[in-house]
Order: sequence, then C-alpha cells, then structure tokens
Amino acid sequence: MSATAEANKRSTRTSLPLNWVGVAPFILFAVLFLILPTIHIVIGAFRTADGGFTLMNLRGLADSSIMGAIWISMKISLLTAFLGCLGGLLLAIAVTRGGLPAWFRDGTLTFSGVASNFAGVPLAFAFIATLGRLGLVSVVLRDWLGINLAAIGFNLISFTGLSLAYLYFQVPLMVLIITPALDGLRREWREAAESLGASNAQYWRMVALPVLWPSLLGTFALLFANAFGAVATAMALTGSSLSIIPIILFAQIRGDVLQDPHLGYAIAFGMIVITGIANLIYIVLRTRAERWLK
Amino acid sequence: MKLAKFWAWITFLAGVLFFFLPLIGTFEFSLRARRGVYSFDAYRKVLDDPQFRDTFGYSIVIALFTIVVGVLIVTPTAFWVRLKLPRFRPIIEFITLLPLVIPPIVIVFGYIRLYNTSSYLPLTGSAFGTNILLTLGYTVLALPYMYRAVDTGLSAIDVRTLTEAALSLGASWFTIITRLILPNVLVAVLSGAFLTFAIVIGEYVFAALLNRPAFGPYMVWMGGNRAYEPAALAVIAFTITWACMALIQLATRLSKHTKAQR
Repeated sequence: MSATAEANKRSTRTSLPLNWVGVAPFILFAVLFLILPTIHIVIGAFRTADGGFTLMNLRGLADSSIMGAIWISMKISLLTAFLGCLGGLLLAIAVTRGGLPAWFRDGTLTFSGVASNFAGVPLAFAFIATLGRLGLVSVVLRDWLGINLAAIGFNLISFTGLSLAYLYFQVPLMVLIITPALDGLRREWREAAESLGASNAQYWRMVALPVLWPSLLGTFALLFANAFGAVATAMALTGSSLSIIPIILFAQIRGDVLQDPHLGYAIAFGMIVITGIANLIYIVLRTRAERWLK
Repeated sequence: MKLAKFWAWITFLAGVLFFFLPLIGTFEFSLRARRGVYSFDAYRKVLDDPQFRDTFGYSIVIALFTIVVGVLIVTPTAFWVRLKLPRFRPIIEFITLLPLVIPPIVIVFGYIRLYNTSSYLPLTGSAFGTNILLTLGYTVLALPYMYRAVDTGLSAIDVRTLTEAALSLGASWFTIITRLILPNVLVAVLSGAFLTFAIVIGEYVFAALLNRPAFGPYMVWMGGNRAYEPAALAVIAFTITWACMALIQLATRLSKHTKAQR
C-alpha cells in the first residue's frame, strides 16, 4: 500500500517535466530557428553598434528612399490584395452559384491550389514570356491587331507589371479561402429574402455581403501580408529597378548599398510590424467569420 | 437568372484568359530558341547544362532532408500535444503559424546574424553547416503546412485509445510513434511532404542569402543571362508544382478508400 502511494507520488512529481519532454525537440527547434532569430532582429532594431538602447535606427527608416520603398510596397500590397479579393470573389461566385457546369468548380479549385503555390522566380519568367517585349501576347497584339503595348505606355518591368504578376497567386488564394465561405451561405437565407420580395441585388447587399464581410476583410489582410513579404517574383521580374522594401532589405543583407547593419534590423522590424498587424486583423476577423459557418 | 449565368460565363472566361495565357505564352516562348521554327532547343540546352543538374540535384536533396526533418519534428509533437498537452495546443499551433507572419527574408536575416562565424553556433562557417541551416530554415517555412496536414490526419483517428491499447500491450513510445501513429497519418504526411517539396524546389531568398548553389538562384541567374532558357525552366518548375499537387490529390483519394473499407 505504502509502496503504491510512493509510486503515485513519484509519478505525479515527474509527470509535468515528462509531459514536456515529448515536445522538447519541437520547442528547441522553434526557439533556435524561428523565435530567437526574429527576436535578435527586433532587439537589434533598438540597439546601437556598441549595444546601448536607441531609437535612432527606427528614425533611419524616415530616410526618403526607404520611406519611398515602404510606400511602394504598401501600394502594391493594397492594390493586389484589393483586386485579388475582387477577382477571386467574382470567380468563386461564378463557379459556385453562376449555374456553370459543376466540374468547372472542381477544376477551378484544383487549379487555384496549384496557382497559389506558383509564386517566385518561374512566375516572373512566365510573365516576361507573355507580356514582355517579345512575349506571346505582346507579339500577337502587335502583329494581328496593330496594338503596340510599349507605345501605349505598358511596361512589364514596372509597378503595373509586378501587380499583374502578383494577381496570379493572389486571385487563386482568394478563391481557395472564399469558396467555403460562399458554401456557408445557406439557401434558406436566399429563399427567405426572395419570399420577402428582395431582388438579387438586395439579397447580395443586405444578406450575403454582411455575412461574408469578415471573411472578405480577413482575406484582404492575408493577401496584403502575402504580397508584402514576397521577394523572389519582384527580384526576377524587375531586377532591382523597382524598389520595394523587401528588395531594399535583400540588398542591405547582401551588403550592396547601406553600410549600417542596424538600419537593416530596423527595416526588418518594420516589415514584421506591418505583416504582424495584417495577420492579426486576419485572425480576429476569421474567428468572427467562422461564427456564421457553423 | 439568365443574366446571372451570362455574367458567370464572362467572369469565368476572363479568369481562364488571365490564368492560361501566361502558361501558353511561356510554353510558346520556350520553343522559340531556334530561329523561324519551334524546337525543344531551350530544353535541351537547360538539361545539358551541368549547372542545371548540380543545382537541381542539390535542391532535390535539400527538399528530401527537409521533408524527413519536418516529419520527425512535427509528427511526435502533434501526437504528444493531442495526447498529453491538449491545453497547449493553441500555443503550439500559433508557433507553427508564425512562419506565415514573419517574412522569410527576416528569418534568414536573423540566421545570418545569429549563426555567423563569430557566434556560439557558427553554422554559416562551413558549407556543411550552411546546408544544415538551409534545411532547418526550409523546415520552418514548411512548418505551417506540415503541422496542419499531420494534425488533420491525427484528428481522424482516436489517438488516446490506440495509444492506451498499445501501451497495455507493452509497446514502447518509439514503437507507438513508428508503427502506430506514422502509418495512420501517412497520407497526411505525404500531402505535407509534396507541398514541402513544391515550396523548397524553387525557393530563392534563403538559398541566395545563405549563398548555397540551389535551383532558385540558378533560375534567377539564367533569367539575367539567357533569353529562352528561363521560359523552359518556368515550364519545368510549373510541371513540378502540378505533379506535387496531383500527388496530394491522389494521396487524399487513396485515404478515402482506406476509410471506406473500415
């Protein structure tokens, strides 16, 4: 009797640490390769070269070229998030409730799964081969329709061109996220609205959109963060001719331009803050959106 | 309703145009290497390039190691959290989602500062150490997808009962993980693995900043120095992504079969 009591006591004493042993490798991995590196950057943003506390690094962000880059990044992320949401929503509505053949829906979802992962360097190449100076679309427009894209001011290696390329993964991501939300719109709601005499437009404006609103805003925030952190597509498409903030940071890490490493910390910190806020909005709105989907 | 259908068609066709024109354009461009006629010269040149073979091979090896490390870290953790630490599940899940919040370029910046030659753990000091760092970095990038895949797989089985049954039959924890849990979540692990592969194979920022000879930096170099080969590379990369997604679909479909039989 006393022996089992003893054993019980021992097991309760050791149970807490033992429980943690199971996740220790994961915690160690996450701390060493995710959390510590990030904290190192954040702390570095508030440090001088000899280790003292300072806010001067953050003030360095006010430099006009860096502010300009942050602004371009914000603009491109806002624009592609907005157009991505709009395009993705319209496409999702078309294939889920537009009365199109049913396999269009599955096809669109599968394709979206692929296209949302088709970012980075190959995406830039695809757009160069299509809308570049000798790209298929440019050539066809020029030779068949007499429209010279370059002459009417279109340049792929620009803000517009990069936005178009970003939409190639933004729209599919929206389709993937919003389709379940559209499926959550119950048919009863529409029938109830119609029996009360609502028009199609009224149904969308007064029933569907308010229900979808948190999902839409949340996905907007997610798409924003998605575009804001992207580097490779811009790098391969524009070289470094379009200064978005991740490219400035990339050059800074490579040691190409700015010679002050702490300014790099400050830029990185600024990026974390912006994507962090965007993701926070996404998480909060997502929890609100899920209320309707149960 | 007629009008709605009309607009649905217009939207869908606009989508098809936007998403397929770049694919067709890329393919057409990649065939233009020989003047006047379509040919596969660009592909031949790429495939004959020893640099292509080296970097592609390197990225495949790193991707495979990333998958192994990811599975080894994620599976026991997801299992253990479900079994013993359900209260901490939100925290662990939050950690696994962090790589989606923190831009990859910031994470790799942290690595370079934290693991340089003058630090306690000078991983970037040698090629081997940097390879390890790159693999672990990719494991971090794949963490959100891998964890969610495995956790979904685990939710389909009764972890607690199965574990208790195994324990009462005298199985060790190692046996439980390798012979009970892993086979049961194999399909989930596979879909996580293919997604990881698709992410790692063309990744640019980590490889470039850690200075490793991977496929991503090679593609960027080609983009700056060749005309038609980049289009061929894009076609190859897109095919790989498609193949990975197809394999995920296949794995999911197979899992439905095994479930139906039970």
